[in-house]
Amino acid sequence: MSHHQATGGRIITLPFLVLSLLALAAIWILGERFFYGLGAVTNLNDGFPWGIWVVYDVVVGTGLACGGYVLALTVYIANKGRYHPLVRPALLASLFGYSLGGIGALVDMGRYWNFYQMFNPGQQNYNSVMLEVGLCVSAYSVVLMIEFLPVVLEKFKAVKWQRKLEKVLFVFIAIGVLLPSMHQSSLGSLLIAMGHKVTPLWQSLHLMPFLALVTAMLLGFSIVIFEGSMVAVGLRRPSESHILTGLTKGVIGLLIVYLVVRFGDLIMRGALGHAFSGDLRGNMFLVETLLFVVPLVILLQKQWRQRGPYLLVAAVSIILAGALYRFNAFLIGFEPGGGFVYFPSVKEILVSVGMVAIEIVGYLLIVKTFPVLPKAHGHADSAHA
Amino acid sequence: MNRRDFLKVAGSGALIASSSGTAEARGNLEPPPEAVGMLYDSTLCIGCKACVVKCKDVNDMPAVTDEHNPQWDQATELSADTLNIIKAYTDGSAETKNAETDGFAFIKRNCMHCVDAGCVSVCPVQAMKKDPKTGIVSHDPDVCIGCRYCVAACPYNIPKYEYDDAFGQIQKCQLCNQKGVERIDNGQLPGCVEVCPTGANIFGTRDELLAEAKRRVAMKPGEENTFPLGTVGSPHGHVAPAADYQPHVFGEHEGGGTQVMVVSGVPHTELGLPDLPDRSYAAVSETVQHSIYSNMLAPAGLLAGLLYFARRNTQEEGQDKDKEEQS
Repeated sequence: MSHHQATGGRIITLPFLVLSLLALAAIWILGERFFYGLGAVTNLNDGFPWGIWVVYDVVVGTGLACGGYVLALTVYIANKGRYHPLVRPALLASLFGYSLGGIGALVDMGRYWNFYQMFNPGQQNYNSVMLEVGLCVSAYSVVLMIEFLPVVLEKFKAVKWQRKLEKVLFVFIAIGVLLPSMHQSSLGSLLIAMGHKVTPLWQSLHLMPFLALVTAMLLGFSIVIFEGSMVAVGLRRPSESHILTGLTKGVIGLLIVYLVVRFGDLIMRGALGHAFSGDLRGNMFLVETLLFVVPLVILLQKQWRQRGPYLLVAAVSIILAGALYRFNAFLIGFEPGGGFVYFPSVKEILVSVGMVAIEIVGYLLIVKTFPVLPKAHGHADSAHA
Repeated sequence: MNRRDFLKVAGSGALIASSSGTAEARGNLEPPPEAVGMLYDSTLCIGCKACVVKCKDVNDMPAVTDEHNPQWDQATELSADTLNIIKAYTDGSAETKNAETDGFAFIKRNCMHCVDAGCVSVCPVQAMKKDPKTGIVSHDPDVCIGCRYCVAACPYNIPKYEYDDAFGQIQKCQLCNQKGVERIDNGQLPGCVEVCPTGANIFGTRDELLAEAKRRVAMKPGEENTFPLGTVGSPHGHVAPAADYQPHVFGEHEGGGTQVMVVSGVPHTELGLPDLPDRSYAAVSETVQHSIYSNMLAPAGLLAGLLYFARRNTQEEGQDKDKEEQS
């Protein structure tokens, strides 16, 4: 009946052990953070209130977790059923990405015990972009859990509950498309209020939400392609590149829209000259742009985009491009003045690495024990469902 | 659903988003009629730092010392332990006060109590608040979640978080009117104004301070003038020759205006004050946000379309499945 199956296989493997060790290191450091304060483990300072825990774990991390979002949009809204086999693994990755993004935000919060005030209508400030992001990300994490619930019910053969859930699931699918559209664009809007502290190459004011949303979609599509390739290689499953290639049409369109709007904005604001100033920021902008252009060149060649390795290179390049755009806008292009500088401490980096390790360990654990991945044999036949 | 249908949904969502936003552009907030603040005149400041000491006294904050000279407060920057500081500008031989070349000048840094404050606009839980009467920007640690968006969004880098404390909080100048201090409500002056011996820092309503600031920058250099102590209308003051002022009152328009204003003999950028556009960043940010979310019309419209297609397309999928099972 189901088109999915648990892959099975040994759970305790060498990668599993290494990743678990990294996860434990992160948890240990977080213990230090809660006992001695943020300053004990981070390089945050009075000029740089947000470090990689916010920028990587939340801003980039939730962008990388947009696979579930773009596939829901493709499969259920645009009704491209042949991508259906990709939905469950993408949802699982999104679930981990968002949950850990939420945890990342919480451990970075200086007064986390007051977190509930965000849900207190008497205190909510509807002018605050942060409020929208906080509420929306929390709500979406719950929606992702519900969207993933059919997998759990299938595993435990709760057929009755599965049927019931399936009848109302479209509501959560719709909300699951709406919420990321809202908060992913708001992640860009967060920067508007920072004004001149975000240097001209990245301060696009009114266009910030649009650019953030387009990069979120690009990150989502690319991570689906990337994960598909990794699963094929890592878990020794048949290549899915024939399905993945189809996604590139959307990616090409998004890349073109992004580059046109981005450069149009820079030229109109007269900020493009900063790109060639030869300093760190100018060079980072050039690297960022190159990472957006290279995949466009690859994907525009029909004979290249149909080959797995080229497709993977393009996907990785977009992932790096989207991540670097967000890093640049929030950190590298952030200039608070007053001589403040920020570079993450080893402990900060270890926590972020540990978060990724938890994601991978959890992903492996669940695809081995729950019916997440499409059935290995004859999955091309069931792809129309 | 075919591509045309899909574009219809996307288009209608975009249409609602853009049409609902047109009327909502938010201008700068206006100062309350009785807004209070301070005027700092760099040309009168002698750099004695009495205000720094008094500020620590009123706010019960420790001295910042280095290992070699622990005898006195050696704070050189604003921090969670230093809400007010005097800094010096020097150039070349640093001989002449108030001169940009080969001169020196002082600058007092503290919260500017913006008319349209970024920290108030961005705070998700209204921990940063602007008093509707005095316009003083205050902070409530009991609701603050510590996200530090206020730190990132302040154009003057004023709010500071206590990173070295497991239960740290945001600290900022609250014009000595916070709970338990309430000097303004009790008719007293802010600590830093009360102790200023030269009238370099005076207290008053924003309107009277702005008029006083304009009077000063219009003075003829070298001409004898009276400079009040403490407040604008104070009977106490001293007569002194006017300095060569820059023809600019910092805070009249910067970022939508501030309630703490600065006049000086050297350009404000030399004193570390930023060049800001007249429109506040808060106004831009809120305009964008409320254009997208005005009355939640756009999200509601988008959701309606998404619900329609999600329902239709999941049902079709269900039918496919049934067929498969039968075959």
